[in-house]
Amino acid sequence: MRLLMNRLFLVFSTFAALVGLFFLGWILYTLCAKGLAGLSLHVFTHDLIEGGLRNVIVGQIIMSAVATLIGIPVGIMAGIYLQEYGGNTKLTEFIRDLSDVMMSAPSIVVGTFVYAIVVIPTGHASGWAGVLALFILMVPIIVRTTDDMLKLVPVELREAGIAIGASKYHVTMNIVIRYAKAGILTGVLLAFARVVGETAPLLYTSGSSEFWSTDLTDTFPSLTVSIYNLATMPDEEMVQLGWTGAFLLTAMVLVVNLIGRYASNEKRR
Amino acid sequence: MELIFKKLSQISAGLLFVILAATTVVLYLSAKPAIEAFGVGFLFETRWGVEEQLLVDGATEKLDVVESAALDDLDGEDFIDDDDFITDDDDESGASGTREIYGALVPIVGTIFSTLIAMLFSIPIAMGIAVFLSEIAASSIAKPVGVAIELLASIPSIIYGMWGLFYFGPFIASIFGGNTVSLLVAGLVLAIMVIPFMAALSRDAISTVPDMLKESAYAMGATKLEVIKDVVFPYAKSGIIGSIILSFGRAMGETMAVAFVIGGIYQFAGKVTDPTNSIPVVLANSFAESSGLSLSVLFYLALILFIMSFIVIGVAKFYFLRRK
Repeated sequence: MRLLMNRLFLVFSTFAALVGLFFLGWILYTLCAKGLAGLSLHVFTHDLIEGGLRNVIVGQIIMSAVATLIGIPVGIMAGIYLQEYGGNTKLTEFIRDLSDVMMSAPSIVVGTFVYAIVVIPTGHASGWAGVLALFILMVPIIVRTTDDMLKLVPVELREAGIAIGASKYHVTMNIVIRYAKAGILTGVLLAFARVVGETAPLLYTSGSSEFWSTDLTDTFPSLTVSIYNLATMPDEEMVQLGWTGAFLLTAMVLVVNLIGRYASNEKRR
Repeated sequence: MELIFKKLSQISAGLLFVILAATTVVLYLSAKPAIEAFGVGFLFETRWGVEEQLLVDGATEKLDVVESAALDDLDGEDFIDDDDFITDDDDESGASGTREIYGALVPIVGTIFSTLIAMLFSIPIAMGIAVFLSEIAASSIAKPVGVAIELLASIPSIIYGMWGLFYFGPFIASIFGGNTVSLLVAGLVLAIMVIPFMAALSRDAISTVPDMLKESAYAMGATKLEVIKDVVFPYAKSGIIGSIILSFGRAMGETMAVAFVIGGIYQFAGKVTDPTNSIPVVLANSFAESSGLSLSVLFYLALILFIMSFIVIGVAKFYFLRRK
């Protein structure tokens, strides 16, 4: 009886794993089949208005990259504060919890917040609003990774630095950060991968545009928002373009993720 | 230099607090007109965008429209009808000075139920995957599958929504009947979306169980089931429950995966195969064309969602995932 139950249980969990993997495989298969069907050079060389995706891909990358560039110093500095300056106080613990709460806050709520503070006062959607929304989503992730990575730095290293008379700033920048660099880099890449696929916070902050634009003060082209718009159109061709965009988006996210993983493996070796 | 650096790091950490506080305050202020107009009753009001004086006519007429539409195959068209309805109200109320009624009960119930359906299906499957990866599979299989699961967890949610709309929805409708967009489809798409996330977190929790404990149980002649049930799960319990709650929070606040497949209709789902609505989807669909009171109502909804997710995450953090 026990052995039978055991056998049943093992079969059940293997089966559950297979069911889960089946659906995930189905999604990937659909994505590749539909996405590759519409993939051509035309997609990369023309803007959305001419049936390509060039402007929206570039727009999405610009917004995510700008958000990352602002997010890196803020996130890393906040992480440094938590590990190096905050000590083991209630306040540090509180900020750590806040950051975790922010990390899991619904992204659409961040969108509404940015809409209220940027889009309503300025009167129109803009690239900067999108950047701000992505920035808010991204900072807590970088804080969390930096915090975790700095925690792994042996305290002896810091003590050795202080013992030879280096200031805390020097110890942090030249010893602690250098030691944790690969880990932080991975965190930043994963955070980038996370925000580059975000749709909800961009829907009404950056909007989307069919034309080429690098002007962040105006409505900005966004790949994810365009996919949403294209997929809900009745026109077959538009839907096809949406699938191609979805495929490219996923490929982009997965590649960035893999690079991030590779970077952290490099470190461990 | 030293001082500047310290100050900078303090400011950055403070910024986190400022952003979170600002979000709460701004949402509250923007929602204020709606909070004053509807009060707490907003949470229990089922009507949306209906004028008060036309209450009986308006409500029944709306239900009729929606119900007859729900019988047909349902897509964007009905949503547009719904929208026109609201816009009409806006115009009329401006002219005659009557009050529109907005209520959050339909989206709140839709959010909760779609999340519960998601949990119902994702928990056993995710646990199966986690157990399979950490206890059953040989490491030559578990490693690549584990990495694949983690990568799948990073796929943007809009992809799940698109797949749900074009493939999974029709598939479910062909089995259970009903519409291709419905509460059931939304819940299942959410389930599939959170499975990799939940499985990866649970596997991490399970892998913290010391081998020594498992080996002692095996040495006593326990079967794998008994080891997992009596040793692994109790040991990893808080981590596993934490992963479930975090997934719950994630499913609850999810917009894009649901926006494609829930239908976007202000009506309770009588059957699970009926379309309904959820808070994030209402926000995503109606924000651009709202102004004045109807915009404020949306901020009220966002505030409710924010508080709901705050509570869920708070529970997960403070009871189950205390970081040392």
